[in-house]
Amino acid sequence: MKRRDVLNLFSSATGAALLGTHAPGWAQAVQQRATGATDRILVLIELKGGNDGLNMVVPYTDDTYYQLRSSIAIARDSVIRIDSRMGLHPDLQALVPLWEKDELAIVQGVGYPQANLSHFRSIEIWETASRSGEYLADGWVARAMKAGYGRDVHFAAEGVLIGLNDFGPLAGARAVTLYNPEAFVNQARFAMPGHASGNPALQHLLRVENDVSEAAQALRGEKFAFATEFPANGFGSSVRAAAQVVATQRGKAGVPVIVLTLGSFDTHQGQLGIQAGLLRQLGEGLAALRSSLTELGAWDRTLVMTFSEFGRRARQNQSNGTDHGTVAPHFVAGGAVRGGLYGPAPELTRLDGTQNLYYSTDFRQLYATVARDWWGVNPDNVVRGRFEPVGFLRT
Amino acid sequence: MTPARVMAALLLAAGMAAAQAAPRAMTQAEARHLLVRTGFAPTQAEVDRIAGQDAQRVVADLVARAQAARPLYPPPDFVSEPPPIPNTLLKSKEEQLAMRQQQLRESLELKTWWMREMIETPTPLAERMVLFWHNHFATSQQKVFRSQAMWHQHQVLRAEALGNFRRLLHGVAKDPAMLVYLDGANSRKEAPNENFAREVMELFTLGEASQGGGYSEQDIKEAARAFTGWSIEYADFSYRFRPALHDNGNKTVLGQSGNFDGDAVLDVMLEQPAAARFITAKLWKEFVSPVPEAREVERIAQDFRASGYDIATAVRELLLSPAFWAPANRGSLIKSPVDLVVGTVRQFGFSYTDTMPFVLKSAQLGQNLLVPPNVKGWPGYTEWINTATLLERKRFTEQLFRAVELRGESKEPPIAMGPGGRMLPGDGSAMMQNAAAGPGAPRLPGRDGIMRVAEGMAKITFDPEQWLSQYGGHADREPSDELKARLARTLLAVPATHDIAPGTVGVAYLRTLTLDPAYQLK
Repeated sequence: MKRRDVLNLFSSATGAALLGTHAPGWAQAVQQRATGATDRILVLIELKGGNDGLNMVVPYTDDTYYQLRSSIAIARDSVIRIDSRMGLHPDLQALVPLWEKDELAIVQGVGYPQANLSHFRSIEIWETASRSGEYLADGWVARAMKAGYGRDVHFAAEGVLIGLNDFGPLAGARAVTLYNPEAFVNQARFAMPGHASGNPALQHLLRVENDVSEAAQALRGEKFAFATEFPANGFGSSVRAAAQVVATQRGKAGVPVIVLTLGSFDTHQGQLGIQAGLLRQLGEGLAALRSSLTELGAWDRTLVMTFSEFGRRARQNQSNGTDHGTVAPHFVAGGAVRGGLYGPAPELTRLDGTQNLYYSTDFRQLYATVARDWWGVNPDNVVRGRFEPVGFLRT
Repeated sequence: MTPARVMAALLLAAGMAAAQAAPRAMTQAEARHLLVRTGFAPTQAEVDRIAGQDAQRVVADLVARAQAARPLYPPPDFVSEPPPIPNTLLKSKEEQLAMRQQQLRESLELKTWWMREMIETPTPLAERMVLFWHNHFATSQQKVFRSQAMWHQHQVLRAEALGNFRRLLHGVAKDPAMLVYLDGANSRKEAPNENFAREVMELFTLGEASQGGGYSEQDIKEAARAFTGWSIEYADFSYRFRPALHDNGNKTVLGQSGNFDGDAVLDVMLEQPAAARFITAKLWKEFVSPVPEAREVERIAQDFRASGYDIATAVRELLLSPAFWAPANRGSLIKSPVDLVVGTVRQFGFSYTDTMPFVLKSAQLGQNLLVPPNVKGWPGYTEWINTATLLERKRFTEQLFRAVELRGESKEPPIAMGPGGRMLPGDGSAMMQNAAAGPGAPRLPGRDGIMRVAEGMAKITFDPEQWLSQYGGHADREPSDELKARLARTLLAVPATHDIAPGTVGVAYLRTLTLDPAYQLK
């Protein structure tokens, strides 16, 4: 039995109960996993700039949709129909196998009360899971770690952000940011780990020095030769880096969260072409992620979730684009996901005073689901209040 | 004794204690500490100028000279141009895009100008105070979207940086940048916007309600009514009171009632002892230590309030307080990105032709001037340091010195702007988007700007032989044990955490010292 497996078994309350029920290698073999198992991977994908949900998950039978978007609607006969009312944008073709395998959940109508339409402020609200008028320092993932996820294992790093300087949901966590594991290990030569002593400021610095060298230590290792072909674009490179991070963690305490980014989706003008290209990258990147993590035997313990600062206005603007809105659907994918559509699609005939859609699912319900059902921690501490989880996980 | 006399005696005793604590003849270390905290990392000449002198006299002089300071360089040209047409009147997308690019360019010019002032000023306390107030009254170009308004606000901050907090507060509250940033400009009696009313209490004067601010949600609602009508004349982007939008009714704020306007409500806030306490505690965290001492804050806050909110009074008392001189508080603060960049350039006397690379480096390290992350400003202290920013900080000094060490052998620019040792522009569109989209991330100045930055970076240099010669050292020789100790005291606020390998020669020795975690402290 690998050291990590032993750690996993003894690390969570429910893990101990599994002792003896699974042979060595269960981490790769078993699909039904204990809530809170510490070898789980959450991949967050930020769709930067505010993705237009109505053209991603298209209400192709709704005449109002076609009235609101006379020149930028996705034509009825080109959508990928996933039920009798909703269809996917045609450039999301690569996601069809996931949908058919029941590994893709789509949560519709996601937003929050008193939506803020500034990119910078609204993404901060999503990252910190704050109320609209509240400023929090820690990201929501950091709060989950503090709420006890992986309390008894020692993660190499609590999170890895690919190509980002901003820690976002991981602000306040023990996280590292990198373009690829090799370059990070190289840069980490500057780290000066040591016993954390001195005043609190110096102790903090030394802790971070230690975090860098510890993460670098864990990310060292031979490059895994994937059979998967990664798309030859920026997002494809990020997906490859994410897969390499997972590969280096075999037999180690692991990295529970990886954050990727794609965009800009800020399509105020000429939306059709821009969004099509981005959604194609998203779909193909997700498919490559699934394929590469399946090679590593890690797909069943991986949960992928998109987020974005907001959706876009229901009615198109004068420039064949859309302006900042309130509500959008989000993708949740993975081997442990129960696929399908969740939550009602927004009603296009019902707009608020700013001509925006009403949300039906609070984004903190998604986080609460991850906290409770994926990590096994009390969601109230993570989202700071009661938010009903969404049942998109099989375990 | 009457209560007033008791109070006077207590104040006198406290004042004497402070006078005793502040050294009569500052050591080199004490002189250095005073200059680091009131400015940026000083040169040896600056330290020598005040070492051996009475701290009380030097502090008075530092404050007086900062009050009299004027900028060294004329402001960027755009500040005297007519204000731009409101964006909503620009019909074509091309015009709007051009406007965005113009705003980006102008705000970079303003930051570059300010960065140069910070690096070259003979009165760094003045610049530190402007930066302090920029962080206190945090307002972002990203929302204000008018470089001229940001410049105008900058002038308001500058004028009262060590002046009067009452005038500063009233000035900032009516300044168009703040009226846009916190949505006051469109607040009217039918629908008062509570954004400014809330933040002026929580962040600008009283402090969080749960932390002793002592206001209620109802106070916010009532104060919001008083601020209605404070608006903007969009033709020249100036402040304008619009009586038709103002609520003339009776308001009750913090226990006082009257037909208050915004000015009256600000004065009601300043009548609260909590206001002086809150500002004093914030200044304490800037100058003294991360954890204010309640009793000392109370003493200084009372004097601050009694002086009619004279900022210099509070700053002088903080700098002469026993806590400021306590050895335990030496090196207890973390350098901000601006501290690190400006301090390094000043202390070593790096030469440069353009300060834009320093603006971008500071932004990359998490402090994008004119673009604080939100109305709370940069959280600072330990929040400056995470795995990414720490490595980038080290890469900054590493490469500054490496370029000197390799001079003549390499064409590499001394500062690479992107992670992994690469320059951002060459890193492809994904990275450009990341750089452009993240809050706090640097905004790149277009293709011409990129060329300008690359050229600016290539021209940053420093003469290690000359710098080391003031201590009797040499760039190509290992320092003596005595010199090693001297360099550590000169460059680090606390002892180094790591030993440097024997045989390391002068310039490499300096580089390695800047990589020690202790270099990030002040």
